[in-house]
Amino acid sequence: MAKIIYKNNDGDFKTVEVENGLSVMEGAIQNEVAGIDADCGGSMACATCHVYVEEKWLNKIPKVEEAEVDMIDMAYEPKKNSRLSCQIIVSDELDGLEVTTPVKQS
Amino acid sequence: MEKTDAIIIGAGPVGLFAVHQLGIKGLKSVVIDNLDKAGGQCIELYPDKPIYDIPAVPECTGKELTKKLLEQIKPFQTKLNLNERVEEVKQEKEAWIVKTNNNNEFMAPNIIIAGGVGSFEPRKLAVKEAEKFEDRSLFYAVRDKEKFKNKNISIFGGGDSALDWALELSKFSKINLIHRRDDFRGAPHTLSEIKKLEKEGKISIKTPCQLESIEGKDNITSITLKFDEGKTEKIKTDIVLSFFGLIMKLGPIAEWGLNMNKKTIEVNSENFETNKKGIFAVGDICDYPGKLKLILSGFHEVALASVECFKRARPNEKYRFEFTTSSKTIQGRLGKK
Repeated sequence: MAKIIYKNNDGDFKTVEVENGLSVMEGAIQNEVAGIDADCGGSMACATCHVYVEEKWLNKIPKVEEAEVDMIDMAYEPKKNSRLSCQIIVSDELDGLEVTTPVKQS
Repeated sequence: MEKTDAIIIGAGPVGLFAVHQLGIKGLKSVVIDNLDKAGGQCIELYPDKPIYDIPAVPECTGKELTKKLLEQIKPFQTKLNLNERVEEVKQEKEAWIVKTNNNNEFMAPNIIIAGGVGSFEPRKLAVKEAEKFEDRSLFYAVRDKEKFKNKNISIFGGGDSALDWALELSKFSKINLIHRRDDFRGAPHTLSEIKKLEKEGKISIKTPCQLESIEGKDNITSITLKFDEGKTEKIKTDIVLSFFGLIMKLGPIAEWGLNMNKKTIEVNSENFETNKKGIFAVGDICDYPGKLKLILSGFHEVALASVECFKRARPNEKYRFEFTTSSKTIQGRLGKK
């Protein structure tokens, strides 16, 4: 179990307890976090679960795969700390993880 | 107006299998899809990625699955109305009338919505000026190459569409190829061609950077790029082409008075009918307790929905459950002797 903090661009945030083994995307969908649509259901095919990961967490989550980077090319305003939230699997180590949703997503 | 037994919205795997399930019951159908080819997400999102959970098919790609389904429904000679979007649905007594953006009208007692997560549309540029230039000097697809001759063209994107069009249009125009990172995705051959043209000065590659703004009055005159290290560059541009893939939009379906749950349509799990009699939703777009967004679930859903479609289309006939293995009638419909 980890607390995941979902922020949006206006500075609003929602803290959600997400079970280990679920993805950060699933945590958002199950708790109706706005800005994460996940149209493809987590198959790395749509980039509608794109988030910016707080810098200090970047080394603590698994490294980005090539297929994920390719998909992030399609996302709105990708940055260095862009990730697809469907590819970040929650574990105890990620307790307190902060992700921000882009201004526009879908 | 064309009359049929069922109107299928969506030519993805489940929409295609709907043709089969209706067809073996002797029902005619039409299929309408916004894309230019059948296959839905299988073709648009993962044509070459493997699928491992189709029963009895240990592994196949999205493209292969689509090809097999098209082969399976061939005996029914069902027309696929591609590049066409359903705009309006209205009721007339027991029947439904569907109007499309091409002004086609279809009438049937049944509508099967197999719309996935909606229709695919190009992902648009995020800068606010983008909209006013759309279809004038900003395009998300190339329909007529002639328009792009002897121009300064800025192409955005790092995938095959961006690379292929950069190559093609560089034959008669000056190209800027702009991407957010230094690596491009694309066939090695295409990449080496691009590099060659860069040396010859026909293509100018701008990376890693993103679009900051578009300038111009009625038409684009220049664009400003922002590079990762912070500096900006203004480049003369007549035409912007943007290739950031497709996104899915639910579109007009949301306004048909169906009970919705976010982007999905509520159905019963007995025959997958919505709150409107004769309108069914199957595949990724439907929602019921325990729903799984799997292709195989969609196949099951449409098999059951087709039985109710039969009852509505042939109210005076009794539905008889039959196996394809032993039914002479079905085998006849499949063109087998």
